Amino acid sequence: MWVYIARRVLLSIPVLLGITFLIFFIAHNLPGGPLAMYLNTPTITHAQIVHLEIQLGLNRPLLVQYAAWLWQALQGNFGHSFVDGQPVVTVIGQRVPATLELMLTAIVLSYALAFVLGVASAVGQYSPFDYVVTVLSYTGMALPVFWLGIMLILVFAVDLHWFPTFGMSSTPTGYSLADNLHHLVLPVVTLAVYTLAQESRYVRSSMLEVMQQDYIRTARAKGLTERTVLFRHALRNALLPVVTVMMLDFAFLISGAVVTETVFAWPGMGRLFFDSLQQGNYPVVIGIAVLVSVMVVLMNIVADVVYALIDPRIQYR
Amino acid sequence: MDVQPAVPSASGPEADLQIRPPSLLRRLARHRAALVGAVALAAIVFLCTLGPAVLHINPDAIDFTAFNSPPSWRHIMGTDDLGRDEFVRILYGGRISLLVGFLAMLIGVGLGGVVGAVAGYFGGSVDFVAMRVVDVALSIPRLFLLLLLSVTIGSGVFDIALIIGLTAWMYPARIMRAQVLSLRTREFVEAARAMGAGTGRILARAVVPNAVAPLIVNGTIQVGQAIVSESIMSFLGYGIQPPTPSWGNMLTNAQTFLPVSPWLAIFPGVMIVITVLAFNLVGDALRDALDPTGQQGARANRAPRRRRAVATAGT
Repeated sequence: MWVYIARRVLLSIPVLLGITFLIFFIAHNLPGGPLAMYLNTPTITHAQIVHLEIQLGLNRPLLVQYAAWLWQALQGNFGHSFVDGQPVVTVIGQRVPATLELMLTAIVLSYALAFVLGVASAVGQYSPFDYVVTVLSYTGMALPVFWLGIMLILVFAVDLHWFPTFGMSSTPTGYSLADNLHHLVLPVVTLAVYTLAQESRYVRSSMLEVMQQDYIRTARAKGLTERTVLFRHALRNALLPVVTVMMLDFAFLISGAVVTETVFAWPGMGRLFFDSLQQGNYPVVIGIAVLVSVMVVLMNIVADVVYALIDPRIQYR
Repeated sequence: MDVQPAVPSASGPEADLQIRPPSLLRRLARHRAALVGAVALAAIVFLCTLGPAVLHINPDAIDFTAFNSPPSWRHIMGTDDLGRDEFVRILYGGRISLLVGFLAMLIGVGLGGVVGAVAGYFGGSVDFVAMRVVDVALSIPRLFLLLLLSVTIGSGVFDIALIIGLTAWMYPARIMRAQVLSLRTREFVEAARAMGAGTGRILARAVVPNAVAPLIVNGTIQVGQAIVSESIMSFLGYGIQPPTPSWGNMLTNAQTFLPVSPWLAIFPGVMIVITVLAFNLVGDALRDALDPTGQQGARANRAPRRRRAVATAGT
């Protein structure tokens, strides 16, 4: 097992190098280069820009710059934000809790519902309920996240005035949980629908697959109650592929979070990425892109390891 | 026949459920869904390509008597803040959105197909490197890649199609590679090699034609996903730039005008949803039709794979 994990981690090293280089390379080829932000600032002279380039090492070959950046990044130093001069890690760190609140709530809600809907529609395969869930999930998978957000705002904020449309709280200073949750509802629904639609199909098909196995027939033949067969024999095995797929949803969710945070002015990491990109604040852009990609790689490793751990049929070498 | 989960008997309805193929009605329903999707697609493509030519209305034409007017007989989808007819702009925007969708799909599937075929056929270190590049491209969440590339490459119609295609080739590459791996030791490929056919010829004439079916399925779904990607990029301001209308950039200011003219936010989005839904339905039907080994049943009915076979927009 340890050999398997070690192998899996080793394999991800070239991938991590590729990711960081690709992001670094793209970001340094953006129009105007890394200092584009300063080029149009009247108070900064050409001499100062040249000085900055030398100071930041931007006049060196790209590969050398990349190596230097990587060496620093490995020590947790992603440079400094062009906007306020704070370390990138600090800037991102301030925004992580908001994004986590949004994503974790969406994940918990969508999976809880996906399991209920998926199992129920698998058990009642071809029933009217199953049909309705199928239609809804197909629709859910076709909804662009930002448009869903706008429609929710239209109905529940503009028309019904039930929920606020932006931010995390009504007052800039005071914090109350109720107020925060009130602001959380629409963004969470916006973010959760796609995952819910997709995973309820997953749970359903996984459940149907398991229900056709011989051991289910055996369990029924033993005279076990349908409830026992369903929840003790079928569901447990059906969960297996679903649980690992959950890890892989991270990449979808973080993209969705960028859009959701932009629609609802949610002060999270996604919003920060979008704002930084518009400002040409490249150290932060690179920092966030690298951070989320590394998270995706880690999630992939965890998914593989968890799968190997909980499924004795997997041969790991 | 409905099967209630609470019924505790092990025989009867449940046992029946397991071995019975889907009822004729159900199969009809499934085909009907695909049929509805195909008809909807045909209608949308027809309207968007021929509609503007028949109507002869400039999408930039301004009705000075109607700014921000709600849907009426004169303007069936209302007008925007500049007095432009929303329906006409939807037709023109559809041209761009569909064009971007198809081009992006062709680029993604084409590039992925070539990478996958080369990786699968040559194997070894070529395969290893190609698959690590796929891993890299898959690990950067799609929206981040789309936005970064859009700033770098540009925001013309073909730029956007290229960018979306560049984020959509990884699953086609994996599909193609898997197909080639399973095909390259088959007798007819060995026979071609024994007859002295070169590598390129074997790939092009023997392997690729046999691996095309799953790519078509993926491609169909990719078109819809590309349209969604375009709309998200445009919404964030990194997509197709005005005055060229696309369904995506018609939604760019929709949020600002929401309290005043909600129809501007509703119609382009509805078009996107219908189109994407239609592509997904047709894609599922194609999968059933083209996959001789698969069971009757849509994508959602099939055994879950560990990795998704379909790259979604991730948003």
